[in-house]
Amino acid sequence: MTDVVSPAPVHPAAPRFRHGTIEAALGAALLLAWLIAAFGAGVFAPYDPNALDLVAMLTPPDAAHWFGTDHLGRDVLSRVIYGARIDIWMGFAGVIAPLAVGVTVGLIAGYFGGLTDTILMRIVDITVAFPFFILVIAIVGVLGPGLVNYIIALALVAWVAYARLVRAEVLVVKRLEYVQAARALGFSDPVIILRHVLPNVLGSITIYAWTDAVMVILAGASLGFLGLGAQPPTAEWGVMIADGQPYVLQAWWICLFPGIAMVTLSLGFILVSDGLSRRLRVSA
Amino acid sequence: MNSITFIGRRLLQIVPVLIGISLVSFFLIMMIPGDPVRIVLGPRATEAAVAAMRQEWGLDRPIWAQYLSYVGNTLTGDLGQSLKFRVPVLDLVLQYLPRTMFLVAYVLVLSLPATILMAVIAARNEGRWPDQLIRVISILGMTIPVFWLGVLFARYFGVKLGWFPVSGYGEGFVDHLHHLFLPAVSTSLWLAPLLTRNLRAALIEQTEADYVAASRAKGLPEGYIFRRHILRNSVLPTLNLLGVMIAFLIGGSVVVEIVYAVPGLGALMVGSVLGRDYFVIQGLTLVYAIATVAITLAIDIFTAAIDPRTSE
Repeated sequence: MTDVVSPAPVHPAAPRFRHGTIEAALGAALLLAWLIAAFGAGVFAPYDPNALDLVAMLTPPDAAHWFGTDHLGRDVLSRVIYGARIDIWMGFAGVIAPLAVGVTVGLIAGYFGGLTDTILMRIVDITVAFPFFILVIAIVGVLGPGLVNYIIALALVAWVAYARLVRAEVLVVKRLEYVQAARALGFSDPVIILRHVLPNVLGSITIYAWTDAVMVILAGASLGFLGLGAQPPTAEWGVMIADGQPYVLQAWWICLFPGIAMVTLSLGFILVSDGLSRRLRVSA
Repeated sequence: MNSITFIGRRLLQIVPVLIGISLVSFFLIMMIPGDPVRIVLGPRATEAAVAAMRQEWGLDRPIWAQYLSYVGNTLTGDLGQSLKFRVPVLDLVLQYLPRTMFLVAYVLVLSLPATILMAVIAARNEGRWPDQLIRVISILGMTIPVFWLGVLFARYFGVKLGWFPVSGYGEGFVDHLHHLFLPAVSTSLWLAPLLTRNLRAALIEQTEADYVAASRAKGLPEGYIFRRHILRNSVLPTLNLLGVMIAFLIGGSVVVEIVYAVPGLGALMVGSVLGRDYFVIQGLTLVYAIATVAITLAIDIFTAAIDPRTSE
């Protein structure tokens, strides 16, 4: 009862700062490794990812095939390496497209306010009323399965988070003195938005974008698994897991390695995002 | 009285959202590249057949008239006919819905206690090893693809060890629990970490609140402060998050239902996308959105009921 514990330990700023840095560096290293693998796939991959070898079907991992072969005798290691190209491209395009839409909408809504703002925010409300993945599947469903249509679906659905983030920041920034000063000096609205407002809202959306990339890649691979994303025989990790599913008992390696690839790539993105936000929180 | 006004106002706010939802699901069909009638009838359809179907579907009328009759039909529960199953879409939805609801409830029952336990342990040991461990677990949970875990679980626990059935839904309550155990666990392993991260953040934020400092100054024991003040005040933000997560969960159930062959709404959705069963896609999208809005509304009202401050 008289147990007056001292308040939660207050961490000195320095170790926390280092903490965030280590995390971000670890994440960046993972991402860099995957980028090198993706760009150098032609050099690193021991085989053609789509070369069939019907003699060496379902071979367990050995010296010739480090990750084994799948049901068509394709080299799993080569497919995992080439798959990095597809999944990283998907993460990149799938973040840039909604980011571009969302930032534009957020800037316009926040800066001009009034009726424009009301209408745009109503559209946001309506979009978030749909479960994210369901709306993506529905759009891919009517447009037809495929990676490009997945990116289009993301541009139509995932922009709302960016729009909300940017709008909230703009509402703060536009009251600051330098923006008021720019306006008083007679700069046009587009100039003020692009030169003075936009650079100041980029920080928070950058942090969000790293986490968003994980969601985009996981959702995209899920679509590939369901047969709605990248189409076979494309070496996409979700597609590879779907390919390996019927054989997982006798040939566990087909499913295991693409999954580990996804975990490490996502981990890279999350660590960078976490590290960056921790560092910002301390320095702010 | 006050809460009735609040509920009334909240219901009014929903009207424009519902109109928006109906517009989106209406225009979804318009996004089909090419002529939907020709896609449905196939390339060898005669002009007369195409014209007849166009008239039957009302596609020869102006677009606003089509929209109005779509809304009218929807309000009377007519979501159109499935092109594949040749039955009303609403019947299909009602047939598949209970399985998904059972799965979602199962996931919540498994995830919530784990979430609360992990978040409380992490928040009370902020920065120390239990917190770090839980942080690592929660980051891993966010990066592991549910469908991959599902495939491995189904084969290992289902086929190899034979502990659980790997497909279907079973007969009767206990059998449902048995059939849906692996799907529910796979989903929980993804949901619980997400919830834990947020509840932990809410708990720590409350720890730094003024009233906690005041309670400490009064000399109240730390455990008492935590249970009586911090935990209680962290319930509301978590409840709101839960509403968002249920919507996420409904979306996430799609993949799990496919992996474990659970005949729920998600499996129906994927089946109709692959089979180009457009009216089922449209109807399901609408049902999902209305369910999400209803859940959000229920949580808002519930929040207002337990905390009158929010309805002011």
